[in-house]
Amino acid sequence: MTTETPPIVDPIAEAIAIADKWTEPQPAPEAEPAAAKDLLIIDYSGDLEKVWATLILATTGAAMGVKTRVFVTFWDLQVFVKDSKRITGETWMQKAMSFMQRPGVSHRKLSKMNFMGMGPWMMGVLAKKYGVASPKELLEAAQAMGVEFMPCQMTMDMFGLKPEEMIEGMGEPVGAATVIGLMTENSVPLFI
Amino acid sequence: MAVIEVSQHVDARGLSCPMPIVKTAQAIKTVASGELIEVLATDAGSVKDFGAWSKTTGNELVEQSVDGGVYRFVLRRK
Repeated sequence: MTTETPPIVDPIAEAIAIADKWTEPQPAPEAEPAAAKDLLIIDYSGDLEKVWATLILATTGAAMGVKTRVFVTFWDLQVFVKDSKRITGETWMQKAMSFMQRPGVSHRKLSKMNFMGMGPWMMGVLAKKYGVASPKELLEAAQAMGVEFMPCQMTMDMFGLKPEEMIEGMGEPVGAATVIGLMTENSVPLFI
Repeated sequence: MAVIEVSQHVDARGLSCPMPIVKTAQAIKTVASGELIEVLATDAGSVKDFGAWSKTTGNELVEQSVDGGVYRFVLRRK
């Protein structure tokens, strides 16, 4: 006569058996580092403080080895007209527009506290005092480091801007499809 | 202490963001891979910024110190 050992019915032993088989959840394998992303700044506003922000981020992007492009559109186009140019455009309306807002990176207005140029002048004094590079200096640095400035063809037409009125080293004029194309490929977009 | 041979110096004292980084990025291109550059800056934000720059670009931050408000960074070109 054989005696069979009864199956274990002890709930504690059962719990221990389950716990023994339990394996710690393994952390997911380290994800492959994402492919290096480009930076695309859509510079829409020509206001001094926003031009400043754009150029600071663009130069820093280039300095960090990130391929940086700036889509220059609408009010911002006047920023990239030569400083020496006072009036741009073909028709009286286009000329009046440039008369009301002087072109050039050195002639930007503040979006607030402009006070007929007092605000930008004070900004300039403060910037110099604290060693902040001017928009013009930053623009030159950005170009030297290979930041690509792409003007918007449609706005150039609307404002009657000719390529020869713009600063040296501007990229080919492009349209919205180029911008969307870059965004959906590999670029982190920023709208300023 | 081992003597550090620096190939290029960048004086960014008195300059604000982003110029210390911009000048460093330009200067590091003038030295060969493995060579060192030394940067002096007074911008307090540069402490974090040089760490971020080094991490992103892969140029190693070999040494960093501060002396009387002047930050010193030694970086090795990748």
